[in-house]
Amino acid sequence: MARIDSSLPDLSDLDGLACRDSPIHRLDPRIKLLTTLLFIVCVVSFDKHQLSALLPFAAYPVVLLILARLPPAWILRKLLLAVPFALCVGIFNPLFDRTTLLHIGSLEISGGWVSFASIMLRFALTVSAALILVASTGFDALCLALARLGVPRPFVVQLLLLYRYLFVLVDEALRLSRARAQRSFAGRGMELTVVASLLAQLLLRTLDRAQRIYLAMQCRGFDGEVRLLRRLRIGASDVLFLTGWTAILLALRFLAPAPTLGQAIGRLLPS
Amino acid sequence: MTRPLVVVSDLRHAYADGQTALHGVSFQVGSGDRLAIVGANGAGKSTTLLHLAGCLLPQAGSVRVADLLLCRENLSQLRRSVGMLFQNPDDQLFMPRVFDDVAFGPVNLGLPADDVQQRVMHALAVVGATHLSHRQPHRLSGGEKRAVAIASVLALSPAVLLMDEPTSSLDPASRRQLIELLQTFEQTLIIATHDLDMVLDLCPRTLVLGEGRIIADGASAVILSDAALLAAARLEQPLRLQACPVCSGAARRPSPPPGR
Repeated sequence: MARIDSSLPDLSDLDGLACRDSPIHRLDPRIKLLTTLLFIVCVVSFDKHQLSALLPFAAYPVVLLILARLPPAWILRKLLLAVPFALCVGIFNPLFDRTTLLHIGSLEISGGWVSFASIMLRFALTVSAALILVASTGFDALCLALARLGVPRPFVVQLLLLYRYLFVLVDEALRLSRARAQRSFAGRGMELTVVASLLAQLLLRTLDRAQRIYLAMQCRGFDGEVRLLRRLRIGASDVLFLTGWTAILLALRFLAPAPTLGQAIGRLLPS
Repeated sequence: MTRPLVVVSDLRHAYADGQTALHGVSFQVGSGDRLAIVGANGAGKSTTLLHLAGCLLPQAGSVRVADLLLCRENLSQLRRSVGMLFQNPDDQLFMPRVFDDVAFGPVNLGLPADDVQQRVMHALAVVGATHLSHRQPHRLSGGEKRAVAIASVLALSPAVLLMDEPTSSLDPASRRQLIELLQTFEQTLIIATHDLDMVLDLCPRTLVLGEGRIIADGASAVILSDAALLAAARLEQPLRLQACPVCSGAARRPSPPPGR
């Protein structure tokens, strides 16, 4: 269970990062959420063999990362954690799609490899944008933004409670697994059947806890709706952020400036 | 004489698995009184509290709080006059920030935002937790969690405060702080606990439960010095009332072997 042990501090990092102050942190969470969604839609809407047009989109996470003063190493670590999922999605492309698409010198590159690279790039862009969003906003503010943007209340309440009790659940699992490790010797006691009963135990405890939490909520007048008192205000900088990025992202998506940009950069470089 | 605030008469309850928790419990609590409910594990302390909080409905007998009969129709009204502090503060603090959690009840009452703000800050000030208002509940210490949980109940200004094991899993200093805090409260307090030393400090009256029945009900000073009664209820005298092992020499241990 070393994995549980080590991933929990990472989660609390998230809270620490969200408490910091920066121009990005001060933006209205709804604005950040909408901009991130637009960014993700733009990135995923490209053709599957598209690679060069995607590259300029890296400007968004990079600029936000710098403005929000988030540690890049933290984002990279989190990205690496999610890499296996993206690999699973893309790894078969090179096997199925073997038509040659590119020549670099004498090297022939198949369409499969290009689309694989495209998937990995999209993954890196979208996931890092989402990570920056959460790390610069905080989970509860994000839930509030979702609620204000009209996401059905039950989903928002689920998300809020999920985040609140994630820590309690991990603690509980950790205690169970320590108790098992304490009395397991030479691999005995670590069998799958034991894991199954451990998980069953965890489920039962969770159900019990859910019951107790519900009682506590009822005692304080819970009627199915969680109301957060915080006020959100959209200011001039919020409008500027949203319109600015919308213009940039849409331009990158539809005007395909990548070749022109490339040539411009090429001209700037000393030949 | 004023009418009692809480009236429980012949309350009976059996859980779904057939286990009977209460076999007819009756008692009354006056306004501003402090009552301790003590007893062994499974004696029915928590079940009694859950009824008073309106979390369980009587299967037989009745519960009245502030002249309001506990029944399905009166539930939401009854819950306004009763505040329940659950044993595990993690179960009670479910909102993302301390402030939101304390505001949860008042907001559900439909109070205007300014009013809620004022109540929250007042409740936090009473328990000395104003500085925690923007923290996340899962990052608080045990004592802080307990204080915030109490604030979340106080924000509703209930007439009756119910507490299930308020001093459990607190360090001695936090426990002492809690006892001193509760001593300043003017609300009616009903506390289910095993901490008999706290009862001695806090509650003039004690109710002893055993297997779902009332074994004794009277002045704490009398009940807590009755060793035979306490033993019958699987309890012990408060440590302060027991003979001091050092002074009396009753429990003197052999001195450790020399050379260690």
